[in-house]
Amino acid sequence: MTQTLINPTPKDYKSEVKPTWCPGCGDFGVLNAAFRGLAELKLPTDQTVVVSGIGCSSRFPHFMKTFGFHSVHGRALPVAQGLKMARPDLNVIAVGGDGDFFSIGAGHLVHAALRNIDITVVVMDNEIYGLTKGQTSPTSPQGHVTKSTPYGLLASQFNPIATALSLNVSFVARGYSAKPKELAALIQQGVQHKGFSFIHALSPCPTFYHTFDAWDASVTSIEANHNTHDKAKAITLALETEKQYTGVFFKEERQTMDQAAHHQVQQSKPFDIEQYMKRYA
Amino acid sequence: MFQVRISDHPVKSMGDYADVLICLNKEAYDRNVGELRHGGVLMYDPSDFTPEPGDYITYAVPFNEIARKEVQLFQTKNMVMLGAICGLFGPPLEAIIQVVQSKLSRSRKANATLMEKNLLALDVAKKYVTEKVTKSDPYLLGPVEKADRVVLNGNQAIVAGALAAQCRYFAGYPITPASDIMEGLAKELPQVGGTFLQAEDEIAALASVLGASYGGMRAMTATSGPGFSLMTELIGLSSMAELPAVIVDAQRAGPSTGMPTKMEQSDLSFALHAGHGDTPRIVIAPSNVANCYELIIQAFEMAERYQMPVLFLSDQSLTARVESVDSQVFKTPELHERLQYNSQHEANGSNGHHNGHSTEQILVGAGAEEHEYTRYAYSATGISPMSTPGTGSPAYVATGLEHDEAGHPNYEPEDHTAMMKKRFRKLATAAAEMPKPERYGDADATIGVIGWGSTEGTIQEAVDRARAKGLKVAALHPTILSPLPDETIQDFISSVKKVIVPENNYSGQLANLLGAKYGLQAIRVNKYGGIPFTAAEILRAIEEVY
Repeated sequence: MTQTLINPTPKDYKSEVKPTWCPGCGDFGVLNAAFRGLAELKLPTDQTVVVSGIGCSSRFPHFMKTFGFHSVHGRALPVAQGLKMARPDLNVIAVGGDGDFFSIGAGHLVHAALRNIDITVVVMDNEIYGLTKGQTSPTSPQGHVTKSTPYGLLASQFNPIATALSLNVSFVARGYSAKPKELAALIQQGVQHKGFSFIHALSPCPTFYHTFDAWDASVTSIEANHNTHDKAKAITLALETEKQYTGVFFKEERQTMDQAAHHQVQQSKPFDIEQYMKRYA
Repeated sequence: MFQVRISDHPVKSMGDYADVLICLNKEAYDRNVGELRHGGVLMYDPSDFTPEPGDYITYAVPFNEIARKEVQLFQTKNMVMLGAICGLFGPPLEAIIQVVQSKLSRSRKANATLMEKNLLALDVAKKYVTEKVTKSDPYLLGPVEKADRVVLNGNQAIVAGALAAQCRYFAGYPITPASDIMEGLAKELPQVGGTFLQAEDEIAALASVLGASYGGMRAMTATSGPGFSLMTELIGLSSMAELPAVIVDAQRAGPSTGMPTKMEQSDLSFALHAGHGDTPRIVIAPSNVANCYELIIQAFEMAERYQMPVLFLSDQSLTARVESVDSQVFKTPELHERLQYNSQHEANGSNGHHNGHSTEQILVGAGAEEHEYTRYAYSATGISPMSTPGTGSPAYVATGLEHDEAGHPNYEPEDHTAMMKKRFRKLATAAAEMPKPERYGDADATIGVIGWGSTEGTIQEAVDRARAKGLKVAALHPTILSPLPDETIQDFISSVKKVIVPENNYSGQLANLLGAKYGLQAIRVNKYGGIPFTAAEILRAIEEVY
């Protein structure tokens, strides 16, 4: 009994819980893009699970009408992968921030990418720790002065797109919360893509690191004629420092682990303990 | 060292000493001759070493020479030893041949020459000892009737039990001594429609188990202390989000990396308290191989029924302990689904087996409107019906944040207080519904022995021996350590004059718990060298305090 929505509108994906985000937060744009993307796909709310970790952006599942799993800091990816491995019939979307995916949960990103489990990841990157009120993040620029780097950040800046490309992620894209139509289309493509989809969503924090103006200037759509199978070109675009390209950098269809795992054995049988124990007789 | 204890009645422990010690080299002799009983048998190869004169019978058998010269394959030395055992102690050679043939034909290295050489080694060695060695010991194994039994270790029983309990997702990270559970399920799960994931670490393993559990699947992970340490944040999430999960901790000697291949029962305190905040969980400790099967099934049943993490404390000695178990133990279990929500706003579940509830009484709290699905509804049992994605039931958000009945974030004092009570109410429900441990030994005992985990057989053997000497002794061995069976334990404590608590740990973790809960001043007997108790050690403790 699927709760299929007939001609759904973005509103049909909105829950009664009001977002706790600050006024002007970039995450509103991402949330609206998600509503729109899922409505375009007519995704049944009861067959869709949005999984998150901890952070401002990780409150996301509470604001959606789909099933949701608001887990613990950094662990959205393993939760989402376990769910998809066990239930390949579900649409699984993992959301969270730059701290979740690139710092405390960075180790999980590597392996999720290599496994190519069919989930969609939306990283809301504000280049700062917002929930804990303004410490440095892996994506903060070098030299950035924050509460935890009062003399300037000494580490270099994490490059999410270049990292995803180097990890052999099968769908790599970037959107910007101030361009919700484009972002909605990317989320839509990410969900449709069979495999691990990585969407880097630039989502500024007006309270602790106001980057709207800077990003309005630097964000540039990838040229329409970009060959999305050209990884070398995609990496060149990802390494560009003056511009932040948005759009699909790279995609390729290849075997997903959730499907392959279910096909490893041709025919599964019901378990029979008496038969099974004969090996120990 | 490989140790075997054989009897025509059930063997409960590894025994106190060796009756027969067979040394395949000098190191084996140096390390183990102290374990040989007075008047026991030492079998050795005179080309390896000459034993010190001692209170034992010696049989010199040229293992090396027979393997090298007569069989012409040195690797058959172990078969030479087996043949010598047959010749001297009587197990029929035909039985050994059968096992060798069956094992070797399954091996990848199998070929006709190898089989021939192994069988030759058995035969030559048996002939050698029959002709050249004069038997002067009393040990002789008579023929036995073939019984309906299976031979397996604790980890193998856990794998069988998990499969029988309909566990259909496993994620884990390799760690001694739990890896066999992972390897077993990696092989078996795909055969029965399940899935398996070798995770990047133990955090990911348990996180993915919770993901699968949220998807309605019975799921588990298995680890040892160091991996369990990493999992603690997810124990809290499982408890808070009320998601069933089974976590096997095959304990090994700690702290830190400790002694990976050595036995210890030192994760009890940790299992009872792992995680921050007040976190209800169930802790189960199996005591033998049959128990590993039966209780892992119970672990899944309890996880599903009470919607919380179930920690299963096996230990290194149990993972490696091979027992002969009655086949009847391994039956298809009766299983019950978790309490499902259906659209009629009734909490239906086939969990009616516990005290005959077919539905749960839902106490409607503030803010829970008519016909609104409240995943975390305050119920009399604390158990609330849950919906599962993709089954047509209404959506909810599972969360580690404090939440109201609907699952929405809520930090109000009244809400947190009521939710804490609801979550802990499930433990009270579990305590009322769970089976109670049975007393072993005298009803009018003077001394009581309370233990947990793999020491049960050893304790019972010590109790048997004490009773045979005319002492009044009883033992109690709770297998569920959270929630504890309060009444049963208190009755037991008050029925005896003194209580001994033997544990393979330094601090006396069960003794501490019994002290804190029941004010018990237990006599602690702690052994923490990495090897299990012998019955003699526990018997000595009983006699000392009697």
